[in-house]
Amino acid sequence: MIPDDLLYTKTHEWVRMEDDEAVVGITHFAQSQLGDLTFVELPKVGDTVTAGEEMGSVESVKAASEIYSPVDGEVVAVNEELADTPEAINEDPYGEGWMVRVRVTGGQPSDGLLTPEEYAELLEE
Amino acid sequence: MRTIFAKSVPGRAGTLPDAPAAPAAAHLPQDLLRPAAPRLPEVSELDVMRHVSELSRRNFGVDTNFYPLGSCTMKYNPRFMEYVASLDGFTKLHPLMAQLRGAGHFTQGALEVLYETERLLCEITGMAAFTLHPMAGAHGELTGVMCIAAYHRDKGNHKTKVICPDSAHGTNPATAALAGYDVVNIASVDGMIDPEHLENALDDDVAAVMMTCPNTLGLFEHHLDRIVALTHAKDALLYYDGANLNAILGKMRVGDVGFDVVHLNLHKTFATPHGAGGPGAGPVGVAERLAPFLPISRVVKLKDGRFFLDYDYPKSIGYMAPFYGNFGVVLKAYAYILRQGREGLTRVSEYAVLNANYMRKRLESHVEIPYDRICMHEFVASAVAQAKRGVKALDVAKALLDKGHHAPTVYFPLIVKECLMFEPTETESRETLDRFVDDLIDILTLAESDPAALQHAPHTTPVGRLDETKAARDMILTDDA
Repeated sequence: MIPDDLLYTKTHEWVRMEDDEAVVGITHFAQSQLGDLTFVELPKVGDTVTAGEEMGSVESVKAASEIYSPVDGEVVAVNEELADTPEAINEDPYGEGWMVRVRVTGGQPSDGLLTPEEYAELLEE
Repeated sequence: MRTIFAKSVPGRAGTLPDAPAAPAAAHLPQDLLRPAAPRLPEVSELDVMRHVSELSRRNFGVDTNFYPLGSCTMKYNPRFMEYVASLDGFTKLHPLMAQLRGAGHFTQGALEVLYETERLLCEITGMAAFTLHPMAGAHGELTGVMCIAAYHRDKGNHKTKVICPDSAHGTNPATAALAGYDVVNIASVDGMIDPEHLENALDDDVAAVMMTCPNTLGLFEHHLDRIVALTHAKDALLYYDGANLNAILGKMRVGDVGFDVVHLNLHKTFATPHGAGGPGAGPVGVAERLAPFLPISRVVKLKDGRFFLDYDYPKSIGYMAPFYGNFGVVLKAYAYILRQGREGLTRVSEYAVLNANYMRKRLESHVEIPYDRICMHEFVASAVAQAKRGVKALDVAKALLDKGHHAPTVYFPLIVKECLMFEPTETESRETLDRFVDDLIDILTLAESDPAALQHAPHTTPVGRLDETKAARDMILTDDA
């Protein structure tokens, strides 16, 4: 459940680069640890996000957890559907469960991000 | 069970109270009157009596069953405290009396209770001064952190951050954020605060470090001396979350160790009523240098032995509660402390720690204990091995309900996977602990042979497995449905 074409963070977000834009969500592992999600709080279109800093949060019946931005940039789209259907993150974390689309600014977005192999190693620890 | 509204029959009534001489509506502004009568159930007195009796039989509490809810200290509250708190001299005293000119001598007994309770808590914790105003543990935390902020402002310090380790109580970061600070989380190493992690996070912007000791893993922090020294070197203050004080009563005084602020949960350690909204009490103790910032009023004893309420503290953070906090709760804690005495309070912590270790030792060959060493008043287990076979911590907890026990705390602290957190408390007998452990071992054995049998528990409770996800996603907060 770790797609080959994505990059990852130590805090269990995934990133799919599409030209200068990054699509971001949380991983299958993250949703399985949290359990059934009940609430998602996301940034707004136009917000500036910073790599490694909090940009939103998710809540499940077990816990609330922050979402950290994997990249520097500006939010250009937000998955509004998640407000009514947070379960999309549980059911399809890499597809329907995407969270935000960020126009990346600054340096190489792959700096500090994990490859699928590195993320798999992290999960084994 | 039907609601009282469903039992309503038009025209049925109980005993009516005397009607007021004049209709109240005549004395109220017309625009504040409701257009129609409120929808109240029409039932007889006997209907009401049977309804509330049926409800009470469905209650589950420490008065009926074992309740090892980790971190919550659900111990038995001795009933003599209820007697003391029900004495007419206390219950019929008007709370404004102490502030009325010339009425002070009618309130000396109540003020003495407040004064003496503060002195006793100072003696127990080694702090210089106490306020009894905060009305819950988290309210005490906020009071404490506001005193810390006032201290830094008074000194001209510019501080913006509070450090909370990941093994602290969840209310600590919430408190710091509510008080306006940025929260810095530090990861523990082997269940302990790591002094190097702390040192790296401690810069000149840090106002305070909030600690829970024993922490939420039930472990006593090993590096207290270094943590105190590192924190004070940056002119940051050290906060002690006293929710787990029942593990160290009579053994360690946090003021002697160097903590600057502590809150206590009277409803935990000092056995006053607990849960479901209280009323609680979260007194806050501070070191000498923080005393000027405590909330007003303060109880003062004059040279002639009289007590009065002093509001003249210009540096005080002000009012934190109406009147003097939950006076009745403070009164019960005062009675409890006097009844236990020094030896009794020391035995509280000894039995709390002994009971937890007895349970941990009996369980360690049946379930993973992630930090398997001498614990304090509580310990955590991990149902990771059971979860691989389809029985999660939640299923174990629900199955315990069928055996007549309250469940342990589950999925907290977050740093332990499939966490089950047990706190037996000092008031339980060895027979009760054995019965619980035997039942838990039965459940863990069943998890190996027939996991499906546990996945739909409980079966014997008034309601079965609740759909927690649906409850959170589709909240209905009215009774009209």
